[in-house]
Amino acid sequence: MTEQFEPRIVGFLCNWCSYAGADLAGTSKLKIPSSLTPIRVMCSSRIDPVLILTALLQGADGVLIAGCHPGDCHYNEGNYYARRRFAVLKKVVDSLGLESDRLCLSWVSASEGQRFAEVVNEFNEKIKKMGQNPMKKKML
Amino acid sequence: MANALKITKNTEESVREFLKILLEKRKVKGVFTLKKIGKNGAVTYSLITKSDELNDAVPFYPLMPTNAGKLLSRITRNGSTTEPVAVIVKPCELRAFIELVKREQGHFENLYIISSTCGGVYPLKTATDGTIEKNLSDYWDAVKKGEINQDLRPACTACTEFTPYGADITVDLIGNTELEKKCFLLLNTKKGEELVQDMKGELVDRDFDKEKLKKFYAKREKAKNQFFNENTKINGLDDLIKIFGRCIGCHGCSKVCPICYCTLCMFDSSNLEYKPSKYESEVRQRGGLKIPPGTIYYHLGRLTHVGISCVGCGSCEDVCPVNIPLTLIFKKVGESMQQIFEYIPGKNITEKIPLVTYNEEEYTEIEG
Ligand code: SF4
Ligand code: SF4
Ligand code: FES
Repeated sequence: MTEQFEPRIVGFLCNWCSYAGADLAGTSKLKIPSSLTPIRVMCSSRIDPVLILTALLQGADGVLIAGCHPGDCHYNEGNYYARRRFAVLKKVVDSLGLESDRLCLSWVSASEGQRFAEVVNEFNEKIKKMGQNPMKKKML
Repeated sequence: MANALKITKNTEESVREFLKILLEKRKVKGVFTLKKIGKNGAVTYSLITKSDELNDAVPFYPLMPTNAGKLLSRITRNGSTTEPVAVIVKPCELRAFIELVKREQGHFENLYIISSTCGGVYPLKTATDGTIEKNLSDYWDAVKKGEINQDLRPACTACTEFTPYGADITVDLIGNTELEKKCFLLLNTKKGEELVQDMKGELVDRDFDKEKLKKFYAKREKAKNQFFNENTKINGLDDLIKIFGRCIGCHGCSKVCPICYCTLCMFDSSNLEYKPSKYESEVRQRGGLKIPPGTIYYHLGRLTHVGISCVGCGSCEDVCPVNIPLTLIFKKVGESMQQIFEYIPGKNITEKIPLVTYNEEEYTEIEG
């Protein structure tokens, strides 16, 4: 039997919301796939698209960016900038024929442990279907 | 109302003389323009204060040694010039400068901007063996006829932004059949009007021949679509590996890019040098490693950093020692990013760069 593909997902989680949401999911004993490697950032706007590319080119099968809901950013407007940057990154990736489906931007608040689990599980399933990131094994 | 200055002489001569008089009358203290430095077609941008030095000035020479936007930024980054300076630049150079000013990398005050409708420039290598000098008469013939020149930078062949935005004075070149006999300086701003006061020439009523410009636009647009669609399609990782696999990692393309303004580029930093352990883990994972590593990473990264403001000047491609079709990639991907926000880089100084502004309700479809 072939071994089942277990994705590796890098999650950039905002300290003020999604990271706490992840915590809550954990303490509530919700099932979170072990494929997620969380990286805590102070705001979704901290994430230079280059960081996302770094994860992708190094072989992450999926990259999740999770921040506060629009209107709830701890710094008022960071997530609005993050959304525009994400749109731009997606465009770059799409126009070169790479897989932008490996990238996901989502909003999860500190009290949404349930939602956090859902977002990660859903993304994980999607990546499972997509299979391994082809960049992982290529000589780049 | 008169909106143009007519000088009855060959266009380049007229402008050269105009610039000299500006200096002599002390209307400006300096002139920033292209100047010949040899017989083979080598020219350089220069900041000139003595009118004699303008004898070798070639303001509309079809070469771009460096994107002048980058040079103007170097001159004005730490503050505007203390004295008035007339600068003669091409439309994409002006747009690049405006993008830099938006990033607080330059100052507009005290500059009188003179630009022109632009027929494009030749690759830099044509100025090392005299090819460009041989091409000049064909070049100006094509400009007069409103045709696209052969052998230009690919970026220029496919450029539809050949009319400058925000110039104080625009010189009418494209489709102007009388280039050798007369010259029209179109005055777009108060500053432009001030500058031509008491100057030689006749104030007249004049506008572009809009029909001609429209036809020229259509030709360039067609060329652009061909360039974007018919040139090697870049689709997927394998294509990227093929194209960027030959990149030697010199970063020349970013050094000449007017939009790449950081003095300490993250891609040049020692943080990105691989440590032995990193080499080990990389070869373990991949079964081998391209050396220098990370060329695709560098280009994708640069695309996300500069694409939104890429003015499509083609400088990057022109300096690449291994002929990577950078214009195709940066201009095409750049424009696709710009279209998201209906943004034309350098068009309007008061319009914010899309990445430093937002609307609360937008792009919700990309949220997951
Ligand atoms: S100029 Fe060419 S070889 Fe040098 S870094 Fe840029 S693409 Fe690579
Ligand atoms: S990326 Fe290339 S074409 Fe675009 S502005 Fe920079 S040098 Fe010019
Ligand atoms: S603080 Fe959470 S997205 Fe800005």
